[in-house]
Amino acid sequence: MTKNTALKKAISAPYLVWAALFIIVPLIFVVYYSLVDAGGAFTLDYIKSIGRYKDIMLNSIWLGFVATIICLVIAYPLAYIMARSTKNVQRTMMMLVMLPMWMNLLIRTYSLMILLQDTGILNSVFSFLHLPERHMINTRGAVILGMVYNYIPYMILPLYSIMAKIDYGLVEAAQDLGASRTAVLRKVILPLSLPGIASGFTMVFVPSVSTFYISKKLGGSTFSLIGDIIEMQFKSANNYNLGAALSLILMVLILLCMAIMNRFTGEDDDGGVLI
Amino acid sequence: MGENTIIELRNISKKFGDEVVLDDISLNLKEKEFITFLGPSGCGKPTMLRIIAGFLEADSGQVIFEGKDIGSLPPHKRQVNTIFQRYQLFPHLNVYENIAFGLRNRRMKEKDISQKVEEMLALVNLKGFQRRDIASLSGGQQQRVAIARALAVDPRVLLLDEPLAALDLKLRKDMQVELKNIQKRLGITFVFVTHDQQEALSMSDTVVVMNEGKIQQIGSPIDIYNEPKNAFVADFIGESNILDGVMLDDFKAKFSGAVFQCLDKGFAVKEQVDIVIRPEDVDIVPVEKGEIIGTVTSNTFKGIHFEMIVDIQNFKWMIQTTDYYPVSAKIGIEIEPDAIHVMKKSEYSGMFGDYSSFSDEIEHLSDIEEEED
Repeated sequence: MTKNTALKKAISAPYLVWAALFIIVPLIFVVYYSLVDAGGAFTLDYIKSIGRYKDIMLNSIWLGFVATIICLVIAYPLAYIMARSTKNVQRTMMMLVMLPMWMNLLIRTYSLMILLQDTGILNSVFSFLHLPERHMINTRGAVILGMVYNYIPYMILPLYSIMAKIDYGLVEAAQDLGASRTAVLRKVILPLSLPGIASGFTMVFVPSVSTFYISKKLGGSTFSLIGDIIEMQFKSANNYNLGAALSLILMVLILLCMAIMNRFTGEDDDGGVLI
Repeated sequence: MGENTIIELRNISKKFGDEVVLDDISLNLKEKEFITFLGPSGCGKPTMLRIIAGFLEADSGQVIFEGKDIGSLPPHKRQVNTIFQRYQLFPHLNVYENIAFGLRNRRMKEKDISQKVEEMLALVNLKGFQRRDIASLSGGQQQRVAIARALAVDPRVLLLDEPLAALDLKLRKDMQVELKNIQKRLGITFVFVTHDQQEALSMSDTVVVMNEGKIQQIGSPIDIYNEPKNAFVADFIGESNILDGVMLDDFKAKFSGAVFQCLDKGFAVKEQVDIVIRPEDVDIVPVEKGEIIGTVTSNTFKGIHFEMIVDIQNFKWMIQTTDYYPVSAKIGIEIEPDAIHVMKKSEYSGMFGDYSSFSDEIEHLSDIEEEED
């Protein structure tokens, strides 16, 4: 008994050390820096200065939310079809979903930029087809597209893994009891896949809200997201304290969003990857 | 029992790839009837149910429900409900909501739903279980919820796909009685699928014995047991000694080197036939009085009787007796005319009914295998 628990402890030790070094300690640093000024004296000034960044922050959350919803709408039917396919088709589709993830995020975003530019590939195609050219780069739409494009696998995977576990017999049982196709979806598939929705939502929403590279490349200088502001504080403005304060607030806001989300999906979902 | 046909199956055939699962099945299911599809695993019983329920479409043939062809109607539009082998209760809903599921699809008023759920829970002896979680129920209780859920929507026909297979023996026996009572009380047609012949015989009005996608015999349990049509049915239902014989004349059969009086007629003179003799129908007499003589090769105590394997002219018989005869004892054997059942030769002749390789253990193992698939 005691031997067993000792063994468990020993096995989990590497991760605990890792978590302490690279998660807990940095978090403490973030909290510390956000509460002191450049000289190291306690101050709430940085936290209070958040008001100035309110619009950017809300904008980031809104764009992240829109991107997450679009991912969900696209990924849900795809995951359902995947889960109901034969094993071979499942493997192939899984491969296709994972394929873009083998490429670097920066490269993917950069190629999107080339596609969307005013003189980019898409516009060349448009003019070749005698369609009106469009201004696409440096718009909100481009940023959302970038988020959806980059993060959609993180929505598909948890949805797929939950849906693959749903016993198809339950669908038949529902049909047997008079449920139409839409009723089956609404009353059986949807409630049983809520844990997948919750973890997919988390895995797309969090990186979308805090991204800086996507907004920089696809949003240009016309508007920044909170991630850009934070990056700027550390890289060019050298204002670690403000950067840390903004990070802390963003973290709190994301946790708040997740808490609201989890209320909708029920408290006792198991199988989901929640923070 | 009503005599009106509720479902008629006409020349149903179904293939999976190259494998013929159902081969030209025609059958009438009557109102208020308890009808059982009985056969070894892989004989096409569940496929038959799935075609009636609408989860599968037959390759050819028709499913006729009260005179209308419902072959292409989706499952949710059929007045037929299923109890699934693994129950398929909705894990995200409690007992009440599971039973209410079909009623909600019909947009019933909440008051009526609640009344119906109560009624159904009383029917299956689960009063007060409304708020219970599905995961907190035992197998037997889940089974009852599944029955309540299917019956709540007042089906005309209830399909039961090996519903008792997952229960332990004691519970299974209780549920057999209970299901039969429910069927009688509600007066709906039950279509039951099982590979357990005891279950089929004790519950059914009509038994349909199937093998390799074909109907072997349709009849009442007593008919099926006493008048099996071929060696397969004789062997599958209960224990049988199946011997090669010759009909010398009407009421006169020759087998095991002796001539016996029997009750069968209508065969050609000297026609080769299969003779069925049930182990419990053999009378043991002193050697000098026996029509034929055998040697006991094994003897197992079974509680209410001894089960002996007896060698008669190199053919191993199973004989059940309440008296004890030691191994290698010689015994005389007499068979009453009504204990002899004569069958026409069939494709199954010679495949069954010899106990030379019989052992309890093997029987047991094959039972377990069947239950697993």
